[in-house]
Amino acid sequence: MREPASKATTRVTLRINGRAVTVPAGTSVAAALAMTDSFVSRADLSGRPRGPLCGMGVCFECRATIDGVPEVLMCLTPCREDQEVVTDA
Amino acid sequence: MREACDLVVVGAGPGGLAAACRAAEAGLDVLVLDAQPEPGGQVWRSEARKGANRLARRWLTRFAASGARFRPGARVVAAPEPGVLLVEEGSSSFAVRYGRAVLATGARERFLPFPGWTLPGVLGVSGLQVLVKDGLPIRGKRVVLAGTGPLLLAAAATIHAHGGEVLYIAEQASAASHWGFALQLWRHPAKLLQGALMSAALISVPTSTDAWVIAAEGEGRVESVRLSVRGREEQLRCDYLGAAYGLVPNLEVARLLGCETSAGAVVVNERLETRVPKVHAVGELLGIGGVDQALVTGELAGLVAAEQPIPVELERTWHRVRAFAAQLARHDAPRAELRRLATPDTLLCRCEDVPMSALEGCQNLREARLYARLGMGACQGRTCGTAAQTLFGWSGEDVRPPCLPARIGSLRLPSDVSSTHARES
Amino acid sequence: MSAFDCVIVGGGIVGAALADVLSADGMSVALVEARSIGAGTTACGMGHLVAMDDNAAELALTSWSVSLWRELADGLPRAVEYDACGTLWLAADDEEMAAVSAKVANYRAAGVRAEVLDSAALQEAEPALAPGLVGALRVVDDAVLYPPLAARTFALRAQARGARLMTGCPVRELRSGSVVLSNGEVLTARYIVLAAGVASPALCPGLPISPRKGHLLITRRGAPVVHHQLVELGYLKSAHGTDGASVAFNAQPRVTGQLLLGSSRQPGDATREVDAALLERMLKRAAMFLPGLDGLQALRVWTGLRPATPDGLPLLGPHPEKPWLWLACGHEGLGITTATGSARLVADQLLGRTSAIDARPYSPARFLTASSREVAHA
Ligand SMILES: Cc1cc2nc3c(=O)[nH]c(=O)nc-3n(C[C@H](O)[C@H](O)[C@H](O)COP(=O)(O)OP(=O)(O)OC[C@H]3O[C@@H](n4cnc5c(N)ncnc54)[C@H](O)[C@@H]3O)c2cc1C
Ligand SMILES: Cc1cc2nc3c(=O)[nH]c(=O)nc-3n(C[C@H](O)[C@H](O)[C@H](O)COP(=O)(O)OP(=O)(O)OC[C@H]3O[C@@H](n4cnc5c(N)ncnc54)[C@H](O)[C@@H]3O)c2cc1C
Ligand code: FES
Repeated sequence: MREPASKATTRVTLRINGRAVTVPAGTSVAAALAMTDSFVSRADLSGRPRGPLCGMGVCFECRATIDGVPEVLMCLTPCREDQEVVTDA
Repeated sequence: MREACDLVVVGAGPGGLAAACRAAEAGLDVLVLDAQPEPGGQVWRSEARKGANRLARRWLTRFAASGARFRPGARVVAAPEPGVLLVEEGSSSFAVRYGRAVLATGARERFLPFPGWTLPGVLGVSGLQVLVKDGLPIRGKRVVLAGTGPLLLAAAATIHAHGGEVLYIAEQASAASHWGFALQLWRHPAKLLQGALMSAALISVPTSTDAWVIAAEGEGRVESVRLSVRGREEQLRCDYLGAAYGLVPNLEVARLLGCETSAGAVVVNERLETRVPKVHAVGELLGIGGVDQALVTGELAGLVAAEQPIPVELERTWHRVRAFAAQLARHDAPRAELRRLATPDTLLCRCEDVPMSALEGCQNLREARLYARLGMGACQGRTCGTAAQTLFGWSGEDVRPPCLPARIGSLRLPSDVSSTHARES
Repeated sequence: MSAFDCVIVGGGIVGAALADVLSADGMSVALVEARSIGAGTTACGMGHLVAMDDNAAELALTSWSVSLWRELADGLPRAVEYDACGTLWLAADDEEMAAVSAKVANYRAAGVRAEVLDSAALQEAEPALAPGLVGALRVVDDAVLYPPLAARTFALRAQARGARLMTGCPVRELRSGSVVLSNGEVLTARYIVLAAGVASPALCPGLPISPRKGHLLITRRGAPVVHHQLVELGYLKSAHGTDGASVAFNAQPRVTGQLLLGSSRQPGDATREVDAALLERMLKRAAMFLPGLDGLQALRVWTGLRPATPDGLPLLGPHPEKPWLWLACGHEGLGITTATGSARLVADQLLGRTSAIDARPYSPARFLTASSREVAHA
């Protein structure tokens, strides 16, 4: 199992909490979150940080507002050009 | 919006894909729904783009040619009447009218609480693997993995292949049970090969049986973990911790439809029919059994749904993979020490921030829900309900709609559905 | 064999409130619950503490009960989520608005603070509501709370005073001076009180109590959508029919930021399943009042069985043909509210005290005397 030789993959640029992040097409928003400084997707009820847990749409830790739609799961959402992601962290 | 089909398949993992292929090839109008953006389920995710796995490529190609229709990003949220599902898709929704259904909703990881498990950077074992497959930058990052069974090695292999530094693999099973299991793999050559390939890549990674994570520590994210390794305590600094203890089936859709479950799996007959007419269940829903079980049961259900004869060889394969599943279950059973890691302050329910101490006096899951809000949050108890079952032996409650949180608009009935059953006052 | 002053059968909000009051009065009490405290209809209800003025007896019991809750409020744990948000009764047309002034007079006469909101004031108070509503009646002291924890709080308080709390103990049979548990154990007591909600007729055949099923939906946490409990005045027309299913708009703000949405009524339906067609009617009605409804995130839908009597009032007092058996059941859709008043009325009767309100309208004798038995069975 080796990483497939990096083809000339298309790259997309999205914004996460206002910050531009450029990633290979097909990257999920939850994975792209790790390219910002923090891997924090939300704050819990007492304000402590949380990040993605399950990676597969089960735990709901990775919810964010994506292109204006609230409560979208970042781990089920592929990155797209010009996407606007706002976490509630 | 409305959709109609002969067969609806919920879940596009190996089980769902195999069922869809067999049924569509036999001429049925098949609609496949999956919450993920691509087909492949958990194990073959992103293979549709990368095509690195031969078996996955074969099935995904076959699926693309089968004539089955695929709706990605489609979450089944309710079942208002027999033969109808309500589906949420992005910011819209639709109803599906079906003749038969194959449920192939797969499995999720079993999380058990320990101090620090809510820190960012602490994920599931497969959860971390999935994010790495999906593009999480792991090169040069230090990773500790703690869990059980073959998935632990699979995750380590993926992380290693993407340039991550796997510092430690902690297998909770005892040495005796682990090696007993490994020896049994001789009887399952396909599994053995997979296992051997993985081990070769990971030969240099420290691995121990009788080992598990005691706590994760860090300011704002995980910075180090404490492990119990054969009775000693070890501390490791790391960037990510993957910690989860095997898989449990995603039974919510099946239970919403009224399918009987027993011992954590959907009850089916030889034709993979559940107790609800015209509804089949395949793959992990029958008890954790891996890709082989998913494929063979998917094929069987697809053939049954299309009223095709069943090749004897297929039935034989099924019985063989069942034997493997039984061994896996014994191996993966979480050991008693794992139930004692959480302290009174450790959160059990991550959505509603319910600490262990809040459960004082609660006798069962219903009391914990009613008195302490356990499982009352966004994930509907998927994470803490499974943990509570392992920690306290509390069994689950009825599934109420929606089986995933959904916009109220997605629960509204299209006019033709409501008119057939509406009662007038 | 154990001897108690009183054995209460059923640990819903009604039985638990009674255990609280009796134990505070120094009685030795056993509270016997088949499953868990507050896990029956009490766990399914909305928890709206509401003064209702359909008739004088209802207004007397509900308004007194709401004031008893207010007195208790400071002593309740935070998690009981008592919130004096008040009720807005919404008038959709001039006819409904015309009824509002009569109701204000009614409430004020009973000592309940009430005021009229015109269309503009209503919009300002509740911007999420559809424009075009004519106005509203605001009942200031109504509140909401979280019923199962309120019940548990009562039960634990009673236990702290020495009451015996028995959960997971179904009662099999009621006898003069004793109850028999399904495990064969017998508890003896001077007074036996039946507070088993919708299951009461199973232990005392002939009680005029039948299930009236209701649906509720709760949303995920979020910014508060509404600030008062909102109920349509049309509720009085639509919800009180005695036959056929009906729906009415009923929306409640929870302190968690969730919205709890009701409600439906299906007389005689004792099933637990969600009826998708009826839910659709309920949501359609609610969307007329809250235009943004479809965009909210639903977390769960469930049903509950209200223990309904033919006249909508509870049965509080001795069984006329079995004087050893006391009834505290049949609270229909108001049992969370009236649990406090009901507990006082029954306790006062057991102890031979006079009550703050006249107990006669709730006397079981109105149905269970020989002459009216046919009515009860009809
Ligand atoms: C995270 C993870 C990683 C794994 N990695 C490996 C591995 O590396 N090697 C290996 O041999 N095995 C692995 N497994 C085991 C693997 O899941 C199974 O062997 C196999 O994928 C089971 O196939 P399935 O079709 O039953 O379910 P899955 O492949 O899990 O597919 C189920 C699908 O159903 C969808 N779904 C669930 N609920 C709904 C709903 N309400 N609406 C719409 N769609 C829904 C899910 O999104 C998912 O795509 C992994 C399992 C998990 C959970
Ligand atoms: C959808 C809905 C919305 C509602 N909204 C409101 C509202 O906003 N405000 C309001 O005031 N009211 C409301 N109600 C009504 C309220 O919930 C009920 O009136 C109230 O909960 C009745 O309480 P109870 O203690 O009589 O019954 P229950 O809570 O049902 O308690 C009876 C108990 O007896 C136990 N039991 C039964 N059989 C036995 C046995 N053989 N032995 C021992 N124990 C037994 C049961 O397990 C149960 O716990 C609503 C009801 C519904 C269904
Ligand atoms: S990480 Fe769990 S739902 Fe996305």
